[in-house]
Amino acid sequence: MLDCAIIGGGPAGLTAGLYATRGGLQKVTLFDAGVLGGQITKSSEIENYPGFFDNTKTGLDFMESWQKQCFAFGLKHEYKKVARVEKVEEHFKVIFDNGEAIEAMTVIVATGSTPRRAGFKGEDEFFGKGVSTCATCDGFFYKDKPVTVLGGGDTALEEAFFLSNICSDVYVVHRRDEFKAAPPTLDRAMRKENIHLITNSVIDEAYGGMMGLDGVKIKNTQTDEITDMANTGLFVFVGLNVNNGVLKDENGDFICEMNEQGQVVVDLKMNTSLKGLFVAGDLRIDAPKQVVSAAGDGSIAALQVISYLQEMQ
Amino acid sequence: MAKYIDLTQDNFDATIAEGVTMVDFWAPWCGPCRMIAPVVEELAEDFDGKAKICKVNTDEQQEISVKYGIRSIPAILFFKDGELVDQVVGAASKDAFADKINAQLA
Repeated sequence: MLDCAIIGGGPAGLTAGLYATRGGLQKVTLFDAGVLGGQITKSSEIENYPGFFDNTKTGLDFMESWQKQCFAFGLKHEYKKVARVEKVEEHFKVIFDNGEAIEAMTVIVATGSTPRRAGFKGEDEFFGKGVSTCATCDGFFYKDKPVTVLGGGDTALEEAFFLSNICSDVYVVHRRDEFKAAPPTLDRAMRKENIHLITNSVIDEAYGGMMGLDGVKIKNTQTDEITDMANTGLFVFVGLNVNNGVLKDENGDFICEMNEQGQVVVDLKMNTSLKGLFVAGDLRIDAPKQVVSAAGDGSIAALQVISYLQEMQ
Repeated sequence: MAKYIDLTQDNFDATIAEGVTMVDFWAPWCGPCRMIAPVVEELAEDFDGKAKICKVNTDEQQEISVKYGIRSIPAILFFKDGELVDQVVGAASKDAFADKINAQLA
């Protein structure tokens, strides 16, 4: 029986593992079937994590150092995909996609969120074939070529700036006339000569053939005018969907209280409505979706796990 | 110790022509590619003598990348007797790749 099962290996899960093991728990395992580090590993920069201020380093560089530290006190990692979590009397069963299961006294779910699809025609068809959500992964395929970025938040404009250093021109398409991005991020993008902001517009269609995306059609929502942008790659940054699947039971009902957006209701100690189950990071209500806050959540959840286990004894 | 095969324009077609081959399209600047690099090395050992585990540096081998329409990396392509039979775009776990190879070996 594990003291604590942590599901998800981003900043929240890794920090929870660090605090749980350094706080004295012996049997703590983190389950993540993908690459550790979370969404920030796809980011070209990280400028708002205090104590780390180096604009030559990417999100991946940043997270590499976390792994060494977070596994230094006995945390274990298993490459297993969790299907769901079930409460059995006073403890939990963590069930994997292959049908196997392990038991744990407590569970911290830190499965985070994934980039949302925008929903335009051709998006799914050309995903990975010209439509991307990772500028650091795919930007270089468009060296000295034009690219289109969809979105108006921080991520969209940060990644547009990254792309502007590789690509000939970056067209940022945003459905509103004002941008949500933080002022320094927006200023920097506006000063860049090869970044062109196209407001009140959406992607009407992504089109292409056997070899992938050929171009996109941009529609102005005020005038309905369509602009054809040929020979472009398309990068989509339109927000995030939370990964709450492991909290559904066999019938598809959630095992703890959720809000209408599918985020988990927690208190300030990351307690969910189910005793012994904690949630940290992007998956919780009101999550700011920042590395520093996810890490903070992870530490709170782990400390709460420790006191919960002490109370049970 | 078995090692993966670095593929270039010169040895690509001959290598994939027979048996089961996994090809990891990567580049030095790609973060997720760096993260799956150790997984590819382990697979090369695990499948030694059963399947060929290969890598293509998309920076250096642009012709191969263009031929297979690689626009997003890491992209992992699976070949059987020269024919493209499966692919994964983006980082995944070692088990996920091993399952795909085993499916072709079966």
